[in-house]
Amino acid sequence: MEIRFVLNGRNTLVETSPDRKVTDLLREDLGLTGVKEGCGAGECGACTILVDGESRLSCLMLAAQIEGRHVTTIEGLAQGEDLHPVQEAFVEHGAVQCGFCTPGMVLSAVHLIENLSGPTREEIREGLSGNLCRCTGYTMIVDAVEAAAAKMRGEGSS
Amino acid sequence: MREVHLPRSLEELWPLLDRRPRAALYAGGTDLLVRMGRGMENPAALVCLERIEELKGVNEHGDHIHIGSCTTHSRLLAHPLVQRHLPVLAQAVKTLGSPLIRNMGTIGGNLCTASPAGDTLPPLYVLEAEVELRSGGRVRRMPVREFIRGPGVTCIEEGEILTGIRVKKPARDLLHHFEKVGRRNALACAVVSLAALIGFSPDGVVRRAALAWGSVGPTVVRCPEAEEALLGQRLSADTLQRAAALVREAVSPISDLRADEHYRRRVSGNLLLRLAERPRPGSSGIPPGCCSSK
Repeated sequence: MEIRFVLNGRNTLVETSPDRKVTDLLREDLGLTGVKEGCGAGECGACTILVDGESRLSCLMLAAQIEGRHVTTIEGLAQGEDLHPVQEAFVEHGAVQCGFCTPGMVLSAVHLIENLSGPTREEIREGLSGNLCRCTGYTMIVDAVEAAAAKMRGEGSS
Repeated sequence: MREVHLPRSLEELWPLLDRRPRAALYAGGTDLLVRMGRGMENPAALVCLERIEELKGVNEHGDHIHIGSCTTHSRLLAHPLVQRHLPVLAQAVKTLGSPLIRNMGTIGGNLCTASPAGDTLPPLYVLEAEVELRSGGRVRRMPVREFIRGPGVTCIEEGEILTGIRVKKPARDLLHHFEKVGRRNALACAVVSLAALIGFSPDGVVRRAALAWGSVGPTVVRCPEAEEALLGQRLSADTLQRAAALVREAVSPISDLRADEHYRRRVSGNLLLRLAERPRPGSSGIPPGCCSSK
């Protein structure tokens, strides 16, 4: 079937099977390999995308469900060469090690900050609790999200 | 390749269910698509209910609250009517899955999956919630405790869907309490959970108690003996210990990957002891059921 949706700000038309997993559609058919598949069961968050601005698991969505929706992947977050403040903060705070969880972690953080402009460290941990990281121990990720939220509120420098 | 249908209204849904009586229905997909991914289910057709707006939202009808079956856990948690009138449900939903799961999964899906560990079930039992089932031709209502027949089994019939949940607003002065014990905080399937609604007389004595446990039987476990043991008493450690002993007798847990039977039995009772520490509604200006869970 033909599916029309807005992908990273661009009108997109794909021909695919309606029951294709959205992770596979994005990675394999559309080349957006920033979307990762970890567990395939909703427990790791590596496949996180934003659908109409809300964080969702692309491994538990089928292609037919994104018809008419706005989908954002990690590839659509930067404005040209300018990284999103959350991406910038991840770089500055060393919040990345192997990088496999990073796209999902960043997108969950973007969704969190959009709903809660001044999250506490506890709220950040809670907000990212569906995204697993096996390298960093999370401390630097929480530091990065805290700094990004402050920057997006127009406070402090980094 | 399998068909995936996304009807936009109940009017569109009914003829579709007539044509595809064997189709599997889902809303968030956080249970069904996992089972399909593991090869445990292989339906020929799928019907996704997430675009049917009339199945979403929380509304007040006189002294009742109506929750649309396809309301996501995140929407439920953020809803002022749920926060104000149903804190025991809000406390449970707060512990369900992860933010990502809560953005997708729905209360109707949690009920239809009918897992003994379903987090919304114990609160809906103590709230004496009713489900509304509809098909093209009829509407049925029944208590949640009758709707759920066993692990993964409900009395939903072919051609029928769960459209909503109806809860009578509880009296404003009740203590609402939910606690889940899991192996970790996020994404934890309950090892044992307890939902409690307790009413007090002005002198601090219990005048009504509703208790329900998750994950310690084939479906949610009620324990009328323990409820009775609290009536007319203050929630002292001694009273709660006596009720806890009754609960440990009443539950029928299994041993699995997450915990063994003995541990579950013991913790089922222990969870009651926490009630002694909960601030009483109306005391110290803390609103009834103010959420203290993680």
